[in-house]
Parts: sequence; structure tokens; C-alpha cells
Amino acid sequence: MALRAQTGPYFGDFGGRFVPESLVAALDELGEAYALAKLDPAFGAELAELGRSYTGRPSIITEVPRFGRHAGGARIILKREDLNHTGSHKINNVLGQALLTKRIGKHRVIAETGAGQHGVATATAAALFGLDCTIYMGEVDTERQALNVARMRLLGAEVIAVKAGSRTLKDAINEAMRDWVTNVATTNYLFGTVAGPHPFPEMVRDFQKIIGEEARQQVLDLTGALPTAVAACVGGGSNAIGIFHAFLDDEGVGLFGFEAGGEGVDTPRHAATITKGRPGVLHGARSYMLQDDDGQTIESHSISAGLDYPGVGPEHSWLSAIGRAQYRPVTDDAAMQALRLLTRTEGIIPAIESSHALAGTLDLGRELGPDATILVNLSGRGDKDMDTAARYFELYDEEAGA
Amino acid sequence: MTARNTVGPVIARRNTEASGALIGYLPVGFPTLDESVDAAVALVENGVDVLELGLPYSDPVMDGPVIQAATQRALANGFRLADGFEAVRRVTDRVDAPVLIMTYWNPVVQYGVERFADDLAAAGGAGLITPDLIPDEGAEWIAASERTGLDRVFLAAPTSTDARIARVVEASRGFVYAVSTMGITGARADVDRAAREVVDRLTSAGAPASCVGVGISTAAQVREVLGYAEGAIVGSALVKALADGGVSAAGALAAELARGTRAE
Repeated sequence: MALRAQTGPYFGDFGGRFVPESLVAALDELGEAYALAKLDPAFGAELAELGRSYTGRPSIITEVPRFGRHAGGARIILKREDLNHTGSHKINNVLGQALLTKRIGKHRVIAETGAGQHGVATATAAALFGLDCTIYMGEVDTERQALNVARMRLLGAEVIAVKAGSRTLKDAINEAMRDWVTNVATTNYLFGTVAGPHPFPEMVRDFQKIIGEEARQQVLDLTGALPTAVAACVGGGSNAIGIFHAFLDDEGVGLFGFEAGGEGVDTPRHAATITKGRPGVLHGARSYMLQDDDGQTIESHSISAGLDYPGVGPEHSWLSAIGRAQYRPVTDDAAMQALRLLTRTEGIIPAIESSHALAGTLDLGRELGPDATILVNLSGRGDKDMDTAARYFELYDEEAGA
Repeated sequence: MTARNTVGPVIARRNTEASGALIGYLPVGFPTLDESVDAAVALVENGVDVLELGLPYSDPVMDGPVIQAATQRALANGFRLADGFEAVRRVTDRVDAPVLIMTYWNPVVQYGVERFADDLAAAGGAGLITPDLIPDEGAEWIAASERTGLDRVFLAAPTSTDARIARVVEASRGFVYAVSTMGITGARADVDRAAREVVDRLTSAGAPASCVGVGISTAAQVREVLGYAEGAIVGSALVKALADGGVSAAGALAAELARGTRAE
């Protein structure tokens, strides 16, 4: 079977539905609605039209030769999801799930968010479709992504700062699940990544795979050949699966996911789930996760809120297990240096999340050599990260700073 | 090692000699391991028929704020999985009530499902309640509990289809845990009448015993639930009593709740 044909609930040994019984009916309802929508040309047409006239699809590709010189002279091509409306790939998934919400007749959406990109995208779709919207965000993340909190509130969403546990993305997911268990009759959960219980990993992937479908053709048109490698950052893994998927059965194309190595994978402060974790059950699916000997989730760390997650989508665990994709860690500092390098060499300010893919690509280019072509998913733009970057690189005037 | 003291006979007996069974929940290790054991014993001494001991977990998606706060404190105090077996052993040494462990699934997976079953049976435990394990994903646990004779309590919800209700009834042993509202755990002013409907559907599907949890905090609510279910499950209210007033307060609330198992 073609790897691209793999569907949920299981990807090899990974995936499933490890959820309270209270949620099963909602997951079934969502799964059935999605299965019907997939077969309905009107749904596909409506989503495609939203992509064209609202998101700005297809997103362009940009070749970055000045950056490529630092990557061993490899030919580097960026897929510009940062240019999407709302500033990242998250909008692709959200528009699909918001359309589904309308189809199943619910009027309220909830979502978790880490960096705030998925929350902003969800609040945007809620404004567009006239849905009530509540966003759960770890308190730590509301502090480091205050601008996105303001954006969500301006869009009309209620933003709830989650104070439980590590007060980051995983706790926001727990709180959103509690909300869903309580309000399932009126509420749809717009899950932001390819993790969670079935049907989310498959459905979110399907809404994101347009990234790779477009990019595969765009690279062929530009270079006359498939790329040597495809690179993306991996937190939960939705932008990575989005760009990988079209290439899964292109055996000659290497797939590289770059996880958040934080302060280093030999320290406790990282979010390199596949590199350092082991299989377990978190947030409804069996997948790799960071955990202690007792199966308690270990708090992750990354300078990038969007990658600061101790789990990963089950399809990535499967692609790693079968050797189809490689997952490597990138430290906070390497990502920040890559952020500055792309900015200075190409005039493109990437999100810190995406900068992990850029940093990994610098090493990958040196490994693969100047004949290689590497397609990198620039999954988000860096506007939201200006405060972090300004502090990291000491860009504020002293009076204005700190 | 085979389970000795399972819950089915106790629930059956309490439905003969009283109006049903009172089931009390406390997390292991809150506020300390010793006090959680003492509190569990106090519940039984004050009329709780079956104990549920919860294993603190980092990502408790079914728990409300009271239980979350308690289990987070237990984790901060250094709770380890082995403490769960230790607590079961110490409680069953002191009182006869059957003791179920309530746990999210990942700790069992990491410990090893077979090994977990063996160690729970060896400690004198009755079985497991698994809030985030549905029968669809439960093959390994069903096999391990068949082998060891442990009870396995799955959940049923108001939104469960008839087919799922039937599956839960078939897969469960001991009782079926009927979630009484669509919500998470936490005391509520009214026990949802949805619970009555779930229990009716479970009974029609052949469940020998259904116990209602999530939302019960008074003797009157216990009495109301036992009017249609075989057991009433109280969690957050007992945890709050323990948090606010210590072991004696938890015992006092248990005695009050137990009034609901007797005719007025």
C-alpha cells in the first residue's frame, strides 16, 4: 500500500482513541461528518475557494541562495506558509474544521494554542463564520505571546489562561478536552495539530497536505526534479506532515523533521519527543512522548511556544519507526541564529518554530552538498516573536528595554 | 496471583441489606501517603462500601479542579506508582472493603499491563477503573484481568450509543460506571437526570450493576441515585473534606453520605 494511503485510527503501532467514553460520540460524529465531507465535491470546492480568496493559496515558493551559501551551497527553496492570512499554516486546518462545524450544526468552537497561531487562526475562522469561540492557552504562553492574545480577543474570542500543570500547551489541551466533555452537545473542538485521538491525526493531515501537494509541483516546475530532501519543524507535527505527505512515496526524497532541542537534548530542558521519548499514551493517542519511568508526562521546554509540547502526532511516530522520515533535534540557540541569518540574508523574518527547520537545513545542506535541493516549510512568520527576538539579540534600547 | 476481594458480591449484598452501595474516591498520596491510607480506612469505617483509590497523573483530563489540585500536590510530594500498590496493601490489611484503583491509562502501559495486574492482585486490589480506556482499546487489559480475576470498570455516558452501551456492559466486570452528567468530576447542585436514563439503558443491556458518579455530594443525592442505580460514587466532595478538615472530616462526610444508603 502506498504510504500516502494510510488512514487512521492506527498508523502502525501508533494512534487510536484513548479518551473518556463521554467523547466517543463526538469523535464518531466528527469522523463520520468528515468522511462524508471528503466525498462531497461541494465541501472540497468551498474549502478550495476559501483557500484561494481568503488564505491566499497557493502559497508561493521562494529560493534563498544567500541563505543557501551557509548550507553548504545547497539549493534551498522555502514554501511560504508564512504568507498565509493569519501568518502560518494553521489556517489551512482551521478553515476545514470550521466548515465541518457548520455541517454538524454546532455553533461554538474551542481550541488549544501554544504559540497562539492556531488560536488566532481559530478565532479568525470563528469571526468569519459567526461562531462562538473559546481559546485555551497555557498561562506561560499567554505571557510570552501576549500579542497573539490581543489578536484573539480583538477577533472576538474568549482567551482562557490555563494555570494547571506546566501552564503550557499540554495543559491547554487538557483544559480544552474538559470543556469538550462538558459542552459536547453544542461545541466542536478544533484541534490544532496531527496529534490527539482519531480522527484528528488523519483529518488535520488531510487539511494540511495541500502544502506538500502544491510545493511538490512548484519545485518540479522550478527545478525540473523532485527535491533531495524536505525539511520541517515538528512540535505536534502538522506543518511537517502537511509538507511531507505528498512526498511519502517518492523514495528518493529524504524527509527530515526538526524537533525542539531546547537547551540541549542531554539536559532536561527540551521538547525532542521522538529523539528522546518513548511510546506512551497522551491526549488520546499512542505515540512517542516525553515521560518518566512511571508514565508521568515530563514538562517540555522550547524557546518556541509552538514546539513546546511533550507529545507528537502518531503518523510521525510511525514514519520514524519504519525509517521513512528522520527526526533530529535543534537547540533554541541554533534556531535563533537561523532566524537572524534568514532575516539578514533574505529579508524574511521566520517564526521561531520554523527557524528550527532552517537551522536543521543548514546542517543538512552541508551533509548533502551543493548538488542537493532542500525544500523547507517556512510554516509561520516571525512577527509574533519580535519581543523574544529583541530580548535574545538585545535589540531594544536600554531605556525602552527589559 | 488472583484477585480475592472483588466488588460484585459487595454491591449485590448492599442492594439486599440496604438501598445500594456507597463508593468513595480518594487520591493516593494526598495530602501524604500515610494520611491518604488513614482517610481511606476512615471512609470504610464510616460506611463506604467500596473504595476507589486514584493514582495521581500529570494529565488528568477527566478530573475537575478539586481532584486536580489534590493529585498535583501528591505528585509534587513525590508520588510514585509503587505507592499505589502500597496504599492498596495497607488499606486492605486494615479493612475488608474491596479497593479499586482508578487510573489513567499511560501509567499502566508504562508499568506493563500484565505486571500491573499481577502486582495489583498481589496487593489485594479488586480491579481497575479506567477513565480514558474504552473497551475498543482495552484488549490487553481485558486479557490480563481475565487471567487474574480483577474487576474492570469501564464508563458509560449519556451520549453512548446503544451499541456502545452493549459493548461496555459486555466488557465490564464488577460494575459499569455511569457518568451522570456530560461533565468532568466535581460536586454539582443537582445530579443530572441524564444519569437515570443511562442506568436504565445499562440495565436493559444486561448490566448486573451500574454505579453513578460525577456530581454527588450529599446524602440526599446518594439516596436519589440509589433509587435507580446499584451504587453511588462520591469523589470531589470527599477530597474537599479531606483537604479542608483532614481525615476526621472525610470520615464525618462519609458517615453523613452513608445515611443515604438507608431508608429514611
